[in-house]
Amino acid sequence: MNKFKIVINGIIKENPVFCLLLGMCPTLGTTTSAINGMGMGLCTTFVLICSNAVISLLKNVVPDKVRIPAFIVIIASFVTLLQLCMQAYLPSLYESLGLFIPLIVVNCLILGRAESFASRNTPIDSIFDGIGMGLGFTLGLTTLGLIRELLGNGSIFGYKFIGEADGMIIFVLAPGAFIVLGYLIALVNRLKSK
Amino acid sequence: MAKMESSLKNMILSLTLISLSASALLAGGYVLTKEPIDKAAQDKKNNAIKEVLPKGDITIEEAVEIKLEGYEDAFVIYPAKQGDKLVGCAIETYDNNGYGGKIKTMVGLDAEGKVINYSILEMNETPGLGAKATDWFKEKGDIRGKNPSDASFKVTKDGGEIDAITASTITSRAFIASITKAYEAFVKYQEQ
Repeated sequence: MNKFKIVINGIIKENPVFCLLLGMCPTLGTTTSAINGMGMGLCTTFVLICSNAVISLLKNVVPDKVRIPAFIVIIASFVTLLQLCMQAYLPSLYESLGLFIPLIVVNCLILGRAESFASRNTPIDSIFDGIGMGLGFTLGLTTLGLIRELLGNGSIFGYKFIGEADGMIIFVLAPGAFIVLGYLIALVNRLKSK
Repeated sequence: MAKMESSLKNMILSLTLISLSASALLAGGYVLTKEPIDKAAQDKKNNAIKEVLPKGDITIEEAVEIKLEGYEDAFVIYPAKQGDKLVGCAIETYDNNGYGGKIKTMVGLDAEGKVINYSILEMNETPGLGAKATDWFKEKGDIRGKNPSDASFKVTKDGGEIDAITASTITSRAFIASITKAYEAFVKYQEQ
């Protein structure tokens, strides 16, 4: 398969947030602001690329019956490593996302790609799949975060422009996540059906 | 290479090997990052102490630990002196009743007990809501210059004068409680 196609596939045709609906827990949980959504997306991208590469390399030495625990151990190791590095070198980012980092382990997007792509394709293709899916995920989360922050807090990437007033607080709360996601999916489906 | 067969021996062997290499990798990562992590935490604490104490020519004395009834961990007081005179204290305080559990704060009180400034060290509050506490109590719900022993040192919902964070009353209550506790520790320290 064409490498470029794999990447584009992850960003548009099979966008994990809008089309595959994978990894909904961090999607709904972390997108209270654009920067949080983007940070979470990039962290997930990093883990996804690493885990896809390693799982693809090991696909022949891992027996089928124990593949899930083996994948989880690999994914969890990368997440912990990422957490340690962030804590050490990016303490301020860690502060705003710290709570959600361990949750990347159980992000079904990562296990899903390991199972459906990395364990069937070459390591190089798997890395590109990780990049595509990761960027698609980041794009989805940033868009969602941007809209929620705009409506709920009256700011974009932390820059407030409506003065003293608060936004519609419901968009920062959980129900707002569902509402915005629902409308975005409807919009994406409409665009795709044309 | 052919796919490994799912025999018991193969399963145990591959899982053991994967787990072992994962642990080795993590142990390495831990050793490499331990020092920077400790340093980052220490830096943060030192910066917080400086931030919440009065500016100018002060010396920070050795920390004193104060225990309060009903609170398991000690409150750490860093007294700041100008010459021999106590000009304020930085107090490491906490409350366990935040929305996401513990909120740990460094708060500066002047010699009369009025709040100079604060800096949150650790919390697990909801990003976008309770996590706004980092700046909120310096802006809309400004607590600086207020004395925690006043009856009005409460959120407006509880009959006080401090504006709680919008939609995060629990966080606000816990934060205010931690400041009040810091004041109690401060009073106890002065009695000693």
